[in-house]
Amino acid sequence: MKLLPFIICLGFSLAACEREKRDFRTAPVSEESQEKTALVSLSPGSSPPEQEVSGKARSFEGNAYHLSQGKRLYAWFNCNGCHANGGGDSGPPLMDDRWIYGSSLENIVQTIREGRPNGMPSFRGKLPDDQIWELAVYVRSMSGLEPKAAAPSRNDDMHPLPSENRMPPSSPVPGGSASPSATAPQ
Amino acid sequence: MRLRIVSIASLVPLAGCKGWQSALDTHGPGATSLEKLFWIFLFILTVVWILTMLGLLVALRARRDAATDPLAVDATRERTMTRTVATLVGLTAVTVLALTGFSYAYQKRLFDRTENVLTIKVTGHQWWWQVDYEDEQPNRTFTTANEIHIPVGEPVRLKLEASDVIHSFWVPSLMGKMDNIPGRQNVIELQADREGVYRGQCAEFCGWQHAHMAMLIVAKPKAEFENWKNQQIASASPPSDDAQKRGEQVFFTSPCVMCHSVRGTSAGGRVGPDLTHVGSRLTLAAGTLQNTRGNLAAWIVDPQRIKPGTNMPLMQINPQDLDLLVSYLEGLK
Amino acid sequence: MSEAYAAPDPKELRDHQIGGPELTARLAKTWGTEKGLLGALSTVDHKIIGRRYIITAFLFLFLAGLAAVAMRLQLARPESRLIGPDLYNQLFTMHGTTMMFLFAVPVMEAFAVYLVPLMVGTRNIAFPRLNAFSYYVYVFGGLMIWVAFMLNIGADVGWFAYVPLSGPEFSPGKRADIWAQMITFTEVSALAVAVEIVVTVLKQRAPGMTLDRIPLFVWSVFITSFLIIFAMPAVMIASTFLILDRLIGTHIFNPAEGGDALLWQHLFWFFGHPEVYIIFLPATGMVSAIITTFSRRRTFGYLALVLSLIATGFLSFGLWVHHMFTTGLPQLGASFFTASSMLIAIPNGIQIFCWIATLWDGRPIFRTPLLFVLGFFFIFVAGGLSGLILASVPLDTQVHDTYFVVAHFHYVLIGGAVFPLLGAVYYWYPKIVGRLLDERIGKWHFWLAFVGFNVGFFPMHITGLMGMPRRIYTYLPEMGWGNLNLLSSVGTLVFFFSFVVFLWNVVSSAKSGAVAGDNPWDAGTLEWATSSPPPPQNFDRIPVVTNREPLWAEREKLPVATGLSVENRELIVSTVTEARADIRETSPEPSIWPLLAAIATGVTFIASIFTPWAVVWGSAIVGVALIAWFWPKGAKEDEA
Repeated sequence: MKLLPFIICLGFSLAACEREKRDFRTAPVSEESQEKTALVSLSPGSSPPEQEVSGKARSFEGNAYHLSQGKRLYAWFNCNGCHANGGGDSGPPLMDDRWIYGSSLENIVQTIREGRPNGMPSFRGKLPDDQIWELAVYVRSMSGLEPKAAAPSRNDDMHPLPSENRMPPSSPVPGGSASPSATAPQ
Repeated sequence: MRLRIVSIASLVPLAGCKGWQSALDTHGPGATSLEKLFWIFLFILTVVWILTMLGLLVALRARRDAATDPLAVDATRERTMTRTVATLVGLTAVTVLALTGFSYAYQKRLFDRTENVLTIKVTGHQWWWQVDYEDEQPNRTFTTANEIHIPVGEPVRLKLEASDVIHSFWVPSLMGKMDNIPGRQNVIELQADREGVYRGQCAEFCGWQHAHMAMLIVAKPKAEFENWKNQQIASASPPSDDAQKRGEQVFFTSPCVMCHSVRGTSAGGRVGPDLTHVGSRLTLAAGTLQNTRGNLAAWIVDPQRIKPGTNMPLMQINPQDLDLLVSYLEGLK
Repeated sequence: MSEAYAAPDPKELRDHQIGGPELTARLAKTWGTEKGLLGALSTVDHKIIGRRYIITAFLFLFLAGLAAVAMRLQLARPESRLIGPDLYNQLFTMHGTTMMFLFAVPVMEAFAVYLVPLMVGTRNIAFPRLNAFSYYVYVFGGLMIWVAFMLNIGADVGWFAYVPLSGPEFSPGKRADIWAQMITFTEVSALAVAVEIVVTVLKQRAPGMTLDRIPLFVWSVFITSFLIIFAMPAVMIASTFLILDRLIGTHIFNPAEGGDALLWQHLFWFFGHPEVYIIFLPATGMVSAIITTFSRRRTFGYLALVLSLIATGFLSFGLWVHHMFTTGLPQLGASFFTASSMLIAIPNGIQIFCWIATLWDGRPIFRTPLLFVLGFFFIFVAGGLSGLILASVPLDTQVHDTYFVVAHFHYVLIGGAVFPLLGAVYYWYPKIVGRLLDERIGKWHFWLAFVGFNVGFFPMHITGLMGMPRRIYTYLPEMGWGNLNLLSSVGTLVFFFSFVVFLWNVVSSAKSGAVAGDNPWDAGTLEWATSSPPPPQNFDRIPVVTNREPLWAEREKLPVATGLSVENRELIVSTVTEARADIRETSPEPSIWPLLAAIATGVTFIASIFTPWAVVWGSAIVGVALIAWFWPKGAKEDEA
């Protein structure tokens, strides 16, 4: 009888720990993760584009703490200035399912770190690596790509929109989600 | 400069003594009257406790006649007991009434308001204090952090607010605590009777670094206070030597500027403490570290070791740059 | 004296037609619990459920005690790196939550569930299936929060969970939801037990047990039950609001959208202060029972004691604001709550004086239970008096949320509730187990607990006044709190060790303790009139009460009422004030459905942390379980 909690504990520990872990001091501190991502599924030759990811995404995706930190950083670093609350302004909206530069966490990290044409600045050196990952994972939650149980709820301020954990996942657009401009030569 | 040496000198001996942050070693009218009230209460309550325990001891004394029927009750004894208990209850009521009276009298005095006093807005953040000095002239207002300088012998009004969760402003040597609550403003007045540095600490649980959320009250003579104020109103002094100049470069190309502001420069972050005069402060990281070169470097390099969970992130910085950055920040007197 | 109060059905065997061992055996068969797992899970016997309740509550006590030990180790020296802030916050939240919701309230209810039917002379508690249900719901709630803690989803916002810290913005993840939902579990189970106790006390007392013959312990849990019924809905609303804010984004506590962060504190403390008395009042009942028995004198001032219980109950609802004196409420309003908080010293004073008077006029016998009660006087009076300091608005601004408060409420709760409770365990253990606890180990236990407690908690008064706030996971070396904290840690460890001694005593005495017999203490109340441990039917024939201490008044043979069926689970329902036997009523048979309903409820509660839709489909499965539970079985009286 007394064993019961431990058995349940063993059974679920892995999954739950990930989601609730609070990582204050990720090691190694000074490294910038190396991501090699593709923006389109096209590549010369028969194989799909070559990608190489660091695997850092695993500790950020679905992690409630990082998601919520990302939401705070989003406001603190004035992402609202161009993207508003995800609805888009001078920058593209972030809460729909159209991803110009790819929707994977690594792609978004690269977008924030390197910047993109037509206005998105590069934050390399301005933001510690972990904060970029936190922002990126939060951006994913805006369009319902992160598990609802981990996505941030409302903030203690005025609310123009439902919170991320209430966001309906957008319905897939026929013919792929990349806009024409993304596939055009830059 | 002289000022800082004086303050540091007074800080070191205080650190070991209980006057640092104690409700029993008071240096302001508010806390002193509270201490007096405390001793009154403690005296009365101790007497009550001792009398009750004596009563219990007497009741347990070794007077035991042979076993009789537990239901048999001696009517006269019962009457005596009833009278005694009724008297004691009466005395309890009188005591309670007296204590309530004392309490109310001191309460009225404690929360009296004076007019036209120095007003400072203190905003609690996770896990530091933002301090805004108000003034009728907008160009004489300024912002600092974790350190409140006040003139000795004058009441000072504090407007308490919070930007995130509930905090509680408490400097036991000067005054009782009052909560900083989001969406509300609370006001207290405090006064320091003697020159000195008094430590205060957040008293309402506010998350991971609740334990390291302190602030200092620095009480100094009016003239010195005015000097300090003028110095704080001024924008940051430009870097004076080469190391500081290069340190400034490091500051502006690193993540620091995302969160911190230095008045007079383009750094305008509102997330962390204002660093305009960080070099002149006594402590770092909300009263956690003494403001020395080594501590400053340690704090920049690994804030998560010193205050796990704090919002200051770990960042990539090489030793040479760190050295320059520290020189720059130290120069922000 | 024997009274047949109803015309017996000639076809049915009734308890005046047979007697002796045959009657005992037949009743035991009728009221007994089937063997095997299914039988154990379907039982509705208040003694079996009460025993489980007690054991489970003590398990939680040990878990919460371990959390406390971990915290004290961390605080023993300044800037210790043993435990980080994240784990420390979880630990003190688990400690407080477990002690308040999973130990203190349930253990008091557990004793009530076990003892009240015996003390009022009936065969089972009212609504016995609800009783079983409440136990399972309680266990599921406790399991949920502790399993979550082991999975690193332990609540970390304090047992008071103030918003906005516990709100959606500052507590990401499911930690605070688990906490809030655990509240729901314990609320449901506490309310269920409260209803059972109220009905048992009002309607199932043995014939002749008029209101002024009800044992004081029963009075105390009776009044406590009313406190539960009135206080728990406040925290139920609060925790539901919190979950709504967190899960579906309502703005009840969001000041920016017109909500209010202080609303939480009002709702929580409107429950939270009566909660203290929910824990304390049953303990006063235990003190009364122990003092009466070991003074060999009937309680002095019975009426005064009952009235002060009722007065305490009423006053406890008018004190909540003294937890909020530093939130900046209007001064005049706050001072009203100073007065009302001070006022509650009067009924408590009455109780203390009446007990001392009873001891003074009696012939005290110094056995372990009485020792614990004397420890109660020493500690509780000190804690109660330091409470007056907290009741004063100005003084509270200095001591609120410091270690002074920590010292105060441990003096009140450990002194006022745990010491009487331990006394009660020594006192009633022989009734529950049939063997006495070892006196020598018991005295060791008492002195270790007494010394450890005072060494551990007294210094906290001083650290608090020296400026140490509560709920900090560490402190700077130059604050000068190190030595006192080390002393506290040592004392607390001794205190914890005393519980290990206690555990050893409980386990070893269960096998090898002296056989107790029916009434080892020569006590006067009805639970001692039956064998130890009591048979499933409690009493072969329902006793008739002629005195407040029936066993002292009728030393030869207790008068009984007869005429109840031997083959069916019948008990006597009596009138409210005079307890005249009124009707025969059938008590429910064992059923597995309370367990299944509790599982359905648990699934609903836990799932509703993740999706609001769980409330919709959850009510359907709970509904199914309840329909099966209440499905008419065609009992004898239904056919008649």
